[in-house]
Amino acid sequence: MTEATGVAQPEAVRGPTRRRSFGDLLRLAEIDTRLLGMVAALAIIWIGFNVLSGGLFLTPRNLWNLSVQSASIAIMATGMVLIIVSRNIDLSVGSLLGFLGYTMAMTQAVWLPKTLGFGFDQPWIWIVTLAVGLVLGALVGVLQGSLVAYGGVPSFIVTLGGFLVWRGLIFWFAQGQTIAPLDKIFQLIGGGPQGSVGALTSWIVGILACVGIVYSLITSRRRRQRYGFPVRPRWALVLVGAAGCIAVLGAVWVANSYYWPVDLANQIFGSACPGGDCATIPVGIANPVLIALGVGLIMTIIATRRRFGRYVFAIGGNPEAAELGGINVRRTIMLTYVVMGMLVAVSAAVQTARLNAAVTNLGVQNELDVIAAAVIGGTSFSGGIGTIPGAILGAVVMQSLRSGMVLLRVDSPTQDIVVGIVLVGAVGIDSFLRRRSAT
Amino acid sequence: MTTEPQTPPGAGPASEPSEAPSPPVDRSGPPLVEMRDIRVAFGGVHAVDGVTVDLWPGEVVGLVGGNGAGKSTLMRALSGAHPLDSGQILIDAKPVSLTNPRDAKTYGIETIYQTLALADNIDAPGNVFLGRELRTRMGSLDDAAMESATRRVLGRLNPRFKNFKSPVKALSGGQRQSVAIGRAVHFNARILIMDEPTAALGPAETAQVRSLIKQLKAEGIGIFLISHDIHDVFDLSDRISVMLHGRLVGTVNKADVTTDDVLGMIIIGKMPGEVSQTELAELHA
Repeated sequence: MTEATGVAQPEAVRGPTRRRSFGDLLRLAEIDTRLLGMVAALAIIWIGFNVLSGGLFLTPRNLWNLSVQSASIAIMATGMVLIIVSRNIDLSVGSLLGFLGYTMAMTQAVWLPKTLGFGFDQPWIWIVTLAVGLVLGALVGVLQGSLVAYGGVPSFIVTLGGFLVWRGLIFWFAQGQTIAPLDKIFQLIGGGPQGSVGALTSWIVGILACVGIVYSLITSRRRRQRYGFPVRPRWALVLVGAAGCIAVLGAVWVANSYYWPVDLANQIFGSACPGGDCATIPVGIANPVLIALGVGLIMTIIATRRRFGRYVFAIGGNPEAAELGGINVRRTIMLTYVVMGMLVAVSAAVQTARLNAAVTNLGVQNELDVIAAAVIGGTSFSGGIGTIPGAILGAVVMQSLRSGMVLLRVDSPTQDIVVGIVLVGAVGIDSFLRRRSAT
Repeated sequence: MTTEPQTPPGAGPASEPSEAPSPPVDRSGPPLVEMRDIRVAFGGVHAVDGVTVDLWPGEVVGLVGGNGAGKSTLMRALSGAHPLDSGQILIDAKPVSLTNPRDAKTYGIETIYQTLALADNIDAPGNVFLGRELRTRMGSLDDAAMESATRRVLGRLNPRFKNFKSPVKALSGGQRQSVAIGRAVHFNARILIMDEPTAALGPAETAQVRSLIKQLKAEGIGIFLISHDIHDVFDLSDRISVMLHGRLVGTVNKADVTTDDVLGMIIIGKMPGEVSQTELAELHA
């Protein structure tokens, strides 16, 4: 400090010699404080459960399971963000998930092998099955989205109808039957030690992600520098890059610290366990988690880097302005439902594969978990505000609460009460902070 | 619509002479815009009822009238935001169909709406390029290029504008208005519709907008100017079209009339020669 004077001048706040507050530093580093707050809340939840459960929560096994359990809700929550941001809602995702899961199960376990006579466990069946699910999900999206966007029926009503219709169709077609077992390859979508990528691939994925983070940080900085715009200070760049890499590689390390159950390893590998020790075969990242992360990445790009995402946010911020700006508002709204339908198909594949069956109550109440995940992740019902990473974190927060309470042997009704209170509390605190920062 | 501050009757003399009289508008070519016998109805109410106006390159036509006179609706029809019930719009003497704002923009019609029409949750560059985003070769949004262009255009309008990263919700009324104006002038408009462009502005910014209008006019852009400030209209317009209850009272050359004449048209709905002495007295009461 060279010229420290006692007089507080407005300019001095921005001056380099004045001590900055923590909030100023965050702003300078362009760190999303809301996301940081969520990470902090998650850390408190995790540590709290770990203490209460006597160290059972923060184990590789529990965290690995948590990641798999969060994946299916996280996948759908990324689509729900776009829908809520554009001032709509989708109540049908749980029923639709059941309907698509059931159809995909029928495709691979009945229609292709029996009805069309291709036989079981053909290597391509899982691809056709997924394609059927995605196309059907997209078509349902076109139907519901068109009713909302072109038909002028409120989305709440359209998807409430969908909620009843899709669930009813499952019962109608399935007659209460469970469809099982599923295709051998398709099952791998659901996770489990066999449906995971193992140690080496996990490290490769982690390192690629780390390189991707650093690369995107550097290129966006270069682009801003080329135009002569202000950029964040170098220390902040290093901090953000390092934090990202540590988080990614730490997660990989946790996934690789979870080992195959010995019995299963013996059964699968016999005497040929890799490394010669069947007790320490790393499971690695589970397939559904990889899928969820891939979906999260693609959806983040769509939401923040593509025109479609920009339009969704513009419509949420001011529908009239979007229309006057020449945006095709109706088509954009319709497309958010198409995206949602396809994501529901992905989640349906994950859930049926994990169960190795399609049951009639598949996906019941999922719509509430998905909406809660998006909202806990900072998506605002007044429209125009929400992030994809936030929604994914929201799904993890929801699942952490449930899984932690299961560890503590809290009964299911009490779990619902706690989750309900947390949901309302989180949104209440969020809107309070938002109001305060607005003034 | 909110309250419309009417100039108090008899408050001011006729417009003060502007510093540099603009050159007369060249009307030898075809008009840039002709709106013929335009009708727009909301339910059974005729918001615009058989109105005909036109605009030449380099001309400013002031559009005035009281609350609900139909000025904004007429201009919304020209900007493609509202369909016509009947009537014809000609651009460069060719009939055109403007069914949505995109159509209007392809003809070089840009609009500054009274409501500003900004997406509050998006930053200034995002709003300037809303619906016409610049993209990289990969098809992604080119935020840096958009910010660069926005810095240029807003720097011209409002040199103190610094906040290019926050949602426009966080900006002051004047800065928001700058964004809306910047959006209209950035895309090389030929026809500019300004609906109350100075409503949210302080004196310094208003002066900037006035000089901007003169500059755009000199560049040959045709401007429809809606304003409640009769002095603004008198200072900037070449001609003034007055509307009352959805109908056109008449269009006058600014040089031929006084503010009193125009006030008579706005309030009583009669052309300058037709106003009786008693009506004139009432106007000043």
